[in-house]
Amino acid sequence: MTDELAIEATALAKSYGKTHVLAGVDLRVPRGSIFALLGPNGAGKTTTVRILSTLLRPDAGQARVAGFDIGHQRRQVRLSISLTGQYTAVDGLQTGAENLRMMARLAGMSRRQARQRAAWLLDRFGLTTAADKQAQTYSGGMRRRLDLAASLVGQPEVIFLDEPTTGLDPRSRQQMWQVIGDLAGAGVTIFLTTQYLEEADRVAHKVSVLDDGKVVAEGTPAQLKQRVAGERLDLVLRTAADFSKLARYLGDRVLRSDPGELTLGVATDGSSAQVRELLDELDPSRATLARFAVHTPTLDDVFLTLTGHAAPAADAKEKTRV
Amino acid sequence: MSEIAIPGRTNPATDLLIMAGRGLRMSSRQIDALLTSLMLPVMLMIVFVYLFGGAISTGTKYITYVVPGVMLLCAAVGSAGTAVSVCQDMTGGIADRFRSMDTGGAAVLGGHVMANVVRNIASTILVFGVAFAIGFRPHATLAGWFGAAGILLLFLAAVSWLCAAVGVLARSPESASGCMFALMFITYASSAFVPIRTMPSWLHGFAGHQPATPVIETLRGLLLRTPVGTSPWQAIAWCGGILAVSVAACAMLFRRRTA
Repeated sequence: MTDELAIEATALAKSYGKTHVLAGVDLRVPRGSIFALLGPNGAGKTTTVRILSTLLRPDAGQARVAGFDIGHQRRQVRLSISLTGQYTAVDGLQTGAENLRMMARLAGMSRRQARQRAAWLLDRFGLTTAADKQAQTYSGGMRRRLDLAASLVGQPEVIFLDEPTTGLDPRSRQQMWQVIGDLAGAGVTIFLTTQYLEEADRVAHKVSVLDDGKVVAEGTPAQLKQRVAGERLDLVLRTAADFSKLARYLGDRVLRSDPGELTLGVATDGSSAQVRELLDELDPSRATLARFAVHTPTLDDVFLTLTGHAAPAADAKEKTRV
Repeated sequence: MSEIAIPGRTNPATDLLIMAGRGLRMSSRQIDALLTSLMLPVMLMIVFVYLFGGAISTGTKYITYVVPGVMLLCAAVGSAGTAVSVCQDMTGGIADRFRSMDTGGAAVLGGHVMANVVRNIASTILVFGVAFAIGFRPHATLAGWFGAAGILLLFLAAVSWLCAAVGVLARSPESASGCMFALMFITYASSAFVPIRTMPSWLHGFAGHQPATPVIETLRGLLLRTPVGTSPWQAIAWCGGILAVSVAACAMLFRRRTA
């Protein structure tokens, strides 16, 4: 048993019919860290979470979670983990406090312990004033916090969060990141999935990029960003006509094209000499360029480089989940 | 590293009670659904007794004839709610949450069934009270009372598990609620409200050989101290069969739908 690893998965595979959802996924998550599984819709993120949380059996491969085998020690795994899925798992007709007390009782606590634990969690997640209101009256952010609180009643060692901030407004998202950071600070291991590069960058210690059922890259956010070698010069054109003309001129050299913002990106090493040279080459009359910016790589660029397709727009999967 | 001494583990009976408590608490907050399941049978009883009853010849006072049927209708209407609640659990995220906490299908579904049985005992008592107020006078023996209660509970358990299976199978709570009409039809096309001999002959076969009729005939016989013939055995066989099939279907479907 590897004690330093909270999650260790080897060659996980899962197919539905002829569709290979996972085609040999390896993951290693150290204890007490925040791990992000980053990928677009349909990459296999939820399937990975469901396998690691014992809800789904893999067709092939092995995994140990919190030191237990997900195949023949399912019960021990379940007692060491918690799962917060994409769909809020709280009862709208029960109050926040009732939801938490119920979960605490199911986790094996006495009525008294359950009451104390619920009160503590409500306080910690800023829900005390809403404790006796039915959860269906909560805002999206409050429901998500209650959901996360409910997953913590049994004091799990490993927490799985499947897209914890999808559909949340920016402020609730910030709060959620704060909560996730605090949990990891308390020694809990967090495995989250996300399609927001910014989220992985902000909260995760380690990121694996999943695309089409395979891990295409892994490392710290900084390491991943290094993999996209150069920097990029973003040029903002004055008119749409100038934009199309320059886009035609550049052809394959365009790294980024945003017709809405009239912006084109080309490779640069970031040195002033080369930037000046590029500006002279691309705008000899000094009339067509409005502004420029030198852009250091983000995880978005990593994503594009690694997967060959752009990262999904931040709001691509905003669904109302009631 | 085996299955011993896992701290904080509840036993299945505790899980079941917690889940039944959840079901009752949640249904107590759906006032409209609760009122429907309580009032509909009572209203139908009143409608049948006062509006149609005069025109229906059953050989006894109509209220005496109709009460056992209303009790079954009550069970059918109330149980349909189970299908909806189960389906809500299955289509929302909570079934996964429970499973990841090692609270299995038996507790989740059993909790709904148990809550439904408790709810229905309450609504049956209400129906009985109203029936008594408008002139129903049973004269069962003590054994008859127990027998009637037993047969009704068995029917209730069978219908509840059947509805739970429908709830697991249904793709949306709305479609799950459709089972209420099927259940009401079964009660209407039985000896609940009118004697089977007054129905068109092509319906006799169905009405005489479906689960509701022997249950109603058994209740009627036990409550009114009239001969029951083979009805109790038919009722037990039907209900036992439905119960066994439904529980097996629940176990299989729950595993499949959550895999």
